[in-house]
Amino acid sequence: MTSVRIENLSKTFGEVRAVDGIDLDIPDGKFVCLLGPSGCGKTTLLRLIAGLEAESGGRILVDGQDQAGIPAHKRDFGMVFQSLALFPHLSVAENIAYPLKIRGTGAEERRKRATELLDLVQLPHIEDRAISQLSGGQRQRVAIARGLAIDPKLFLLDEPLSALDAKLREHMQIELRQLQQKLQVTTIVVTHDQREAMTMADIVIVMDRGKVQQAGPPIDIYRRPANSFVADFIGTTNLIPCTVKDGRSIDVLGHEVTLGEEDVINPDVNGSAILSVRPEDVAVTERAGDHTVPGEVAFIRDLGANVEISVRARDLEIRSVCTPKRRPDVAVGQTVGLEFHTGRCTVMAS
Amino acid sequence: MTTPSHRLSARPLAIYPAAMLLVFFLIPFGIMVVVSFFHRVEGAFFEPAFEFANYARFLSPFFGKILATSIGLSAAAAVIGVVVAFPFTYFLTTMPRRQQTVILVFLLSVLSLSEVIIGFAWSTLLSRTAGVSNLLVWIGILDGPQAYTPSLTALLLGLCYLGFPYAVLVIYPALSRLDPELPEAARMSGASPVAAFFNVIIPVMRNTIVGTLILVFVFTLGAYLLPQVLGRPQHWTLSVHITDQAIFQSNLPFSAAMAVFLLLVSLALVGITMLLSQPKGQRS
Amino acid sequence: MTAWIKRLFVAAVLIFLAAPVVVVAGVSLNEPKRLLFPPQGLSLNWYVELFQQKDWLNALSNSVIVAVFASLLAVSIALPLALYIWGRTGLFARALFGLGVAPFMLPPVITALGFLVFWITIGLYGQMLATVVSHGVFLVTLPLVTISLGLQLVDRQLIEAAETMGADRRMVFRTVILPMIRPYMVSGFAFAFVLSLNEYIIAYMVAGFTVETLPIKIFNSLRYGYTPVMASVAILFVLIAMTVFGLIARFGDLPRLLGAWSPDRE
Repeated sequence: MTSVRIENLSKTFGEVRAVDGIDLDIPDGKFVCLLGPSGCGKTTLLRLIAGLEAESGGRILVDGQDQAGIPAHKRDFGMVFQSLALFPHLSVAENIAYPLKIRGTGAEERRKRATELLDLVQLPHIEDRAISQLSGGQRQRVAIARGLAIDPKLFLLDEPLSALDAKLREHMQIELRQLQQKLQVTTIVVTHDQREAMTMADIVIVMDRGKVQQAGPPIDIYRRPANSFVADFIGTTNLIPCTVKDGRSIDVLGHEVTLGEEDVINPDVNGSAILSVRPEDVAVTERAGDHTVPGEVAFIRDLGANVEISVRARDLEIRSVCTPKRRPDVAVGQTVGLEFHTGRCTVMAS
Repeated sequence: MTTPSHRLSARPLAIYPAAMLLVFFLIPFGIMVVVSFFHRVEGAFFEPAFEFANYARFLSPFFGKILATSIGLSAAAAVIGVVVAFPFTYFLTTMPRRQQTVILVFLLSVLSLSEVIIGFAWSTLLSRTAGVSNLLVWIGILDGPQAYTPSLTALLLGLCYLGFPYAVLVIYPALSRLDPELPEAARMSGASPVAAFFNVIIPVMRNTIVGTLILVFVFTLGAYLLPQVLGRPQHWTLSVHITDQAIFQSNLPFSAAMAVFLLLVSLALVGITMLLSQPKGQRS
Repeated sequence: MTAWIKRLFVAAVLIFLAAPVVVVAGVSLNEPKRLLFPPQGLSLNWYVELFQQKDWLNALSNSVIVAVFASLLAVSIALPLALYIWGRTGLFARALFGLGVAPFMLPPVITALGFLVFWITIGLYGQMLATVVSHGVFLVTLPLVTISLGLQLVDRQLIEAAETMGADRRMVFRTVILPMIRPYMVSGFAFAFVLSLNEYIIAYMVAGFTVETLPIKIFNSLRYGYTPVMASVAILFVLIAMTVFGLIARFGDLPRLLGAWSPDRE
């Protein structure tokens, strides 16, 4: 039962504005991903919420209570660190029960709770192992169990899965999400992996240069990116300069395209703009026609599951992805037409 | 570990350093051990023999007391030094790199100070004419300046001063490589910074702490000048007597026997401490 | 609050470390030939004296000669040793490393006595050569540790790359390894130099009555009556040490050299 409200929060390290005037609302019980490239301020934001850094300006409210002046150890949050930070001198059960020990819980109760939590993270019967005996995935789960030991008000995770190999990482993403849904704990995860964010989050918060670029459900962000940074960072996209004429018609690479009802023209757009269209929403036709943009095939990549065709149109390279079945009969060097699926385009300020 | 297909350096490289260390380190040690069984000759150095007389000689209350004094003083200096050095080094590693560098330059300068200079500096600092007591008089705590040296406290202070920079430099690498998220994890678990220090940092650093204690102990055991400058004759340690016998009494065999004995005692203590610190299993 | 306590603690320790040096610095500036603090009248006489009085100057030159040659010897032993140990994990390599580190780890009195009986046995007791070699072997540890640290930074692939380009082992050493570890050799030399200057017990045992180094001279004057020259020598030593370590810090990464991992996180 915890909601978080962040008001005009900022943090500076010397000259660097790591977090630069952020406003956010995180509703109770949601799974939130802070997503962005390295150095975008996402980890700093998480550490500010945790109380491990002191804010330079602004406020953090947890359930309406200003957190300023409350030290990290009195906030009753749980946290999983990037290095996991499991205590090497303690056993698995002692690690998990450490937050309880600090709070004066008795030995028997602690042991019981550690067993419960190990069951919860699907690692039964390893209470007495040493941390050094565990595999990477097991350590991961122990760290998660420790973070959840006190039924924290907030569950914070800093790049928790970055040390795992790709397959295990995908598996743990799903598991973490299921665990959170079961416990309904408000969770904030920092990640630089957009697939991870899309897999787990109710709300994705895309950050760059200390600012929130866009916040919302993952599919909204994918479909309706607020700006070219978000469009480019979430999945792959084609960013094509264009000019907005009156109404819903735009001029793209010398051709006029009329947008449909479903397409989004961001409100801050006027005159020259950028059209974002996903590769899966670009079709390559064997012949250039009136309603298509002409171009020349530069490269074809057949990945088995899908086929990727790069087409050079003027000085731009535009990518199209289709299933093998729909692969057009084209070859490198051939002049083709490009068709943009209306309904899936976003026009944004340049 | 896999062996590289070709060595990075040629085997003959080892010949020169190995020979130097053999001739100038191992052989001197060997000779010292041999000499400790020799017979002393008045007016010359010694003559070959095989007798335990030199060892038998310090199985007396007199030398027993000297040994106890030496060990007690060094142990006290090591404990005090490490107790202060550990938190100091921890704070040091959390400072910005630039400040760390300045403090490290200072520490290295103190570390390299000759025992003679340390002895002289402390005897001046604790003297009647130029010492801290003048400061205390000026503040109004004392009526007249006093001399605090020679005394046991002065000697202990000096030994701590001698051992402290070593302690810091041995602890420093381990602490600065410590995962900074470990204490943070403790804090997020509800531990105050002080609790995190005692619950997490000290236990994790246990082996380093024990190692540092041993090193500082052995190092101060070798102090030769400080007991003479800052202590009274009854505070003279085994090191002082070793040198005294070797140089002024010209009794090399006896001196060598004491050195061998000191070596064995330090090795034994090092061994015992290591054994005690070894088991590291599941205890609550 | 905790930050405040932390600062106070660090400051208190630093004051404890600095206090004797400050007092000696004060004493060295005394006008009269007495040890007084605060100093009475300011003068640099006792520093001038150091360079004018023949016996002090003699001790100074002894100290510098011993320190230079001993550190050169230490580096000359440490360099091939470090290279040999680098990448080897065998028992012999580890034993050699242990042997290189041992002289510095034992109570120095024991090492000193070992040297004493050795030089007496081979008849070089009292010669400056004895002091130089003893110091050189005693201080091998320092360049050995710094050079080994430097070698850890040399990527094996660099050597393989140089070999594919046609460099033989000698050329690889000269053109790749040596330039990379040179700063570590220099700092190893500097560490050894400063410690040799300050070393007392070994110098005293192997040739104390014939080759008087500065620490021996200070101790002798300490016994036969105070003179502020002792204070000025002490301060000169502190300044030399600070300059040497300051230069190492200026041109190298001192925390890294002392075993810290990587640069700051921030």
